[in-house]
Amino acid sequence: MNVEGIEKAAMAAVDVATDEQSLDDARVRYLGRKGELTVLLRSLGGMDAAERPAAGARINAAKVRLQQAIERRKEALAVQQLERELAEEAVDVTLPGRSRPGGSLHPITMTFRRIERIFEAAGYDVVSGPEIEDEYHNFEALNIPADHPARAMHDTLYLDNGMLLRTHTSPVQIRTMEAHPPPIRVICPGRVYRKDNMDASHSPMFHQVEGLVVDEGIAFADLKGAVVDFVHGFFEQDLDVRFRPSYFPFTEPSAEVDVQCVHCLGDGCRACGQSGWTEVLGCGMVHPNVLANVGIDTERYTGFAFGFGVDRFATLFYEIDDMRLLFDNELRFLEQFA
Amino acid sequence: MKYSEQWLKEWVPITISTRDLCDQLTNAGLEVDGTEGVAGEFSEVVVAEITTVEPHPNASRLSVCQVDDGAGTATVVCGAPNVSPGLKSAFARVGAVLPDGTAIGRSELRGVVSEGMLLSTVELGLDGDADGILELDAELERGTDLRVALGLDDVVIDIDLTPNRGDALSIRGLAREVGVLNRLPVSAPRIDAVRAETETVFGVEIVNAAGCPRYLGRVIEGVDISRPTPWWMRERLRRSGLRPIDAAVDVTNYVLLELGQPMHAFDLDQLSGGIVVRNGRTGESMTLLDGRDVDVDETVLLITDSSGPVAMAGVMGGDRSGVGTSTCNVFLECAYFSPQTTAATSRRFDINSDAAYRYARGVDYQLQARAMERATRLLVDIAGGRPGPVVEAVSEKDLPTANRVSLRKSRLDLLVGEEIPVEDVERILDSLELAPSCVGAGDERVWTTTSPSHRFDIAREEDLVEEVLRIHGYDAIGSRVPVVPLPLGRARVSELLDARLKDLLVDLGYAEAITYSFIDPHVADLLDPAGDPVAVVNPVSSEHAVMRTSLLSGLVTALRNNLSRQATRVRLFETGQCFRKEADDLAQLTLCGGILFGPREREGWAHDRDRVDFFDVKGDVERLFALGGLGVGYTKATDPVLHPGQSAVVLVDGEPAGRFGRLHPEVETVLELPSGVFVFELEEDAVLARRRRRHGSVSRQPSVRRDLALVVDREVPAASIESIVRSRLGEILAEFTFFDVYAGKGIDSNEKSVAIGLTFQHGSRTLTDTEIAQHLDDTLLDLKSRLGVRLR
Repeated sequence: MNVEGIEKAAMAAVDVATDEQSLDDARVRYLGRKGELTVLLRSLGGMDAAERPAAGARINAAKVRLQQAIERRKEALAVQQLERELAEEAVDVTLPGRSRPGGSLHPITMTFRRIERIFEAAGYDVVSGPEIEDEYHNFEALNIPADHPARAMHDTLYLDNGMLLRTHTSPVQIRTMEAHPPPIRVICPGRVYRKDNMDASHSPMFHQVEGLVVDEGIAFADLKGAVVDFVHGFFEQDLDVRFRPSYFPFTEPSAEVDVQCVHCLGDGCRACGQSGWTEVLGCGMVHPNVLANVGIDTERYTGFAFGFGVDRFATLFYEIDDMRLLFDNELRFLEQFA
Repeated sequence: MKYSEQWLKEWVPITISTRDLCDQLTNAGLEVDGTEGVAGEFSEVVVAEITTVEPHPNASRLSVCQVDDGAGTATVVCGAPNVSPGLKSAFARVGAVLPDGTAIGRSELRGVVSEGMLLSTVELGLDGDADGILELDAELERGTDLRVALGLDDVVIDIDLTPNRGDALSIRGLAREVGVLNRLPVSAPRIDAVRAETETVFGVEIVNAAGCPRYLGRVIEGVDISRPTPWWMRERLRRSGLRPIDAAVDVTNYVLLELGQPMHAFDLDQLSGGIVVRNGRTGESMTLLDGRDVDVDETVLLITDSSGPVAMAGVMGGDRSGVGTSTCNVFLECAYFSPQTTAATSRRFDINSDAAYRYARGVDYQLQARAMERATRLLVDIAGGRPGPVVEAVSEKDLPTANRVSLRKSRLDLLVGEEIPVEDVERILDSLELAPSCVGAGDERVWTTTSPSHRFDIAREEDLVEEVLRIHGYDAIGSRVPVVPLPLGRARVSELLDARLKDLLVDLGYAEAITYSFIDPHVADLLDPAGDPVAVVNPVSSEHAVMRTSLLSGLVTALRNNLSRQATRVRLFETGQCFRKEADDLAQLTLCGGILFGPREREGWAHDRDRVDFFDVKGDVERLFALGGLGVGYTKATDPVLHPGQSAVVLVDGEPAGRFGRLHPEVETVLELPSGVFVFELEEDAVLARRRRRHGSVSRQPSVRRDLALVVDREVPAASIESIVRSRLGEILAEFTFFDVYAGKGIDSNEKSVAIGLTFQHGSRTLTDTEIAQHLDDTLLDLKSRLGVRLR
């Protein structure tokens, strides 16, 4: 009887088993009811009684070792199997994912949002109004009577129904003051129109935000504070801001505001015509005639107003060198702002 | 307006740099648009005298001159016809560089060596005659640098004046302003009355005194208009942007630039009777100096003589009476026309002459007599002639009056936001010739000012605040932040912001477009045949001539542009106002529109290549309306621009709120678009209307799913099946889905198979199989009787 020989052969059979089936075959061959070790154990009956216990113990020990080996092999095979399966399921993680790409907001909309956020955070309301306006709200209520030279500053587009395309969002200020008594703190964003050619820096349709604050004790110094804070907030840097006297029929005193050129920071470049300044905004103290036109007591209340081109701010902030791109709606342009 | 800095310096002795002057002006509200040198760069060009002129031995058209440039004599070959001994001209020495970069060297011209070059104005980059060399003033010293001799180191300052500052539209006006800013005295050239040498007058009568409160006229006989205007005057005109024409026009233009007084010179021999300043009459017409024939009527102020209109007052002269080289007797006009009258006429006839520009902004109404003397002197000096006496017609009561305006110190401080010292206020008011008088003390102080006759823009207290602040300096005032109460607003569940709508569309893959609100009438008609768009009377172009009634025109154009630039997959949206006529009114509706074209997915290894279809656009519309959560329904649309079988109307609470679907194939063809363009257009208010959500109950009972395969007539809308099922089953129907729709093989060609999945769930107990079977039977019975549905 060669227990060691059988065990060695059995161990070898377990080791070479590559799957569950061949492992089971090995188990049956050595440990099954007719397996070699089982048969050997059974054959102990014909053995000398004195040798029987020792021989039985040897065979049983071999059986235990073999069974343990089979278990270990089984586990190893399971691990191998899992590894194989996982390897088969592996993907190329560098391939793009399966999703629909998002679109993009227009840079004008993004600019409106930046502006509105700054003013809303300070308690200004955002109000809007019609784009087709009457002469009264666009001009007369704003202290611009017919034949006033200032009308030449607004190349107005007129409509066949006697109305006009608003040349600024100031009529919304009038409508706001008509509807609400002071204190008033609003901004009026919107689309406006002037009879301009389409070129790199002009468009017959553009966008404005105007602001209006009417309350007791509002002074020019408040206007300066609001405008400077806004410019700094919008451009996210403390640019120099310059106020120059100017003229608008609806404000007195009036000012134009220049901002340190965002490209050259004042050194002078092509974008600012070497001046170091960019003209961005017009403003002033609301003209008493305008307040009187909407029935506000001009002795009790004063106010300031400002207005600026959103397209200008958008082109400055997003470094867009040609205004026509804004209304061309080419996807390759628009998707840059996604 | 363009101002010569040298000319300005004759009036006010400034010593600051041009750059500082420009900053100063800009900061005072006279915005400098730019500066420009008056001549190009050149060197080694001096005043020289031609001493002798001999014919060139080998060329008949050339001369050989001896030129004395102060440092020596040079031999110069010259082809100009006007070379003559004794003439002083511009001489480019050997080594000179001209504005165009030409370097002057010693050169041989047909066998004679020329040691330099005599120059014309053109070679110097100046305005003028190319036919001959420059003829300089005989007084000029030989050897003087030409830049010095001609004042060519001058700078032209271009100032963009605001409409309220008509007072600064002259050298005189600018000098006044610069004097105030620099605290320097201003000295005007001496203007003496020119004594009348004849008795000849031409009568003046004013009929419309409101339009023309003052009119001065003067006859000058025996002038020779063909005599050249002196170089200095032509050069000043040129530097100011005006073209020299003849002595009479140049002189009136010179006075216009110098003093700000527009004038007009008539050919006296073309006038008859006398001058009558009156309004036009119906049927009257005239030919203007620019050749235009215009009809004039009662609203137009005219200068007339006994045979009709001779000028449009303050705007433009008439052709009939203009001066020319043959003119020998001149009638000079110097008037004050009212700003309103001139502005109205200038706007109506779209004439923006230098005269109209100034009259409309206000001309000093006390200036006319001085201007007339100045012009007479200049004209007689150039063209000779014998002036007659000045005739003046005036209506004192129609002249503007000097505005008296008060300024309260308390109001000034309040509007400015800080205190400006009293001495500064008084100095500023005084320097602006506002003649302030003062009463009261401390905060009760009140100044009363009287406007000088050149200021038209000081009508009320705020105007004085601006004047004080302007000279004091806007930048000298501090900034502060308004201090205000902080009331709280209300959260409003019923309102979504349009930002949410835009964000959703962006998330759905759309790029936001902004298209013009004015569109091509042909496209408008094609995309909204029933629409009656508002037309723009003066459009920027014929392609932007009507206001959009729908967003589709802009989106379609944007799609086309993108396709022409090789885009293959396009999703664009826009929100904006559209304009629709409604009875007597105009509706300005905010719409939200979109356009889809091309493959559903961006091309990729993991994506199918299907193209967008009706259910893509519908899915996006459903997502939009899901924001508000209101009851939304869809019915087939009958819309001429949409595909009749692939278009729908959205109903919100039964009311139409938009449409979507595929463009009609014929519309696609006309617009030269490829097939398969899908659009939607919704009323923004309807999309943003929002229902308040509330918690009801969420059942914990087990749910049971039953599927039914139905066969039904092809024309039966799926929505009818769903609505019958829902109303029959009520609350126990937890979910409903169409999980398959099929037509084709195995189904009669008039029919379709619709598979629905029903999920049953009771709020408080388990449903039994028997109950569910009963529900299904009832439902099928309903479907059969109402829609002819049967089980497959």
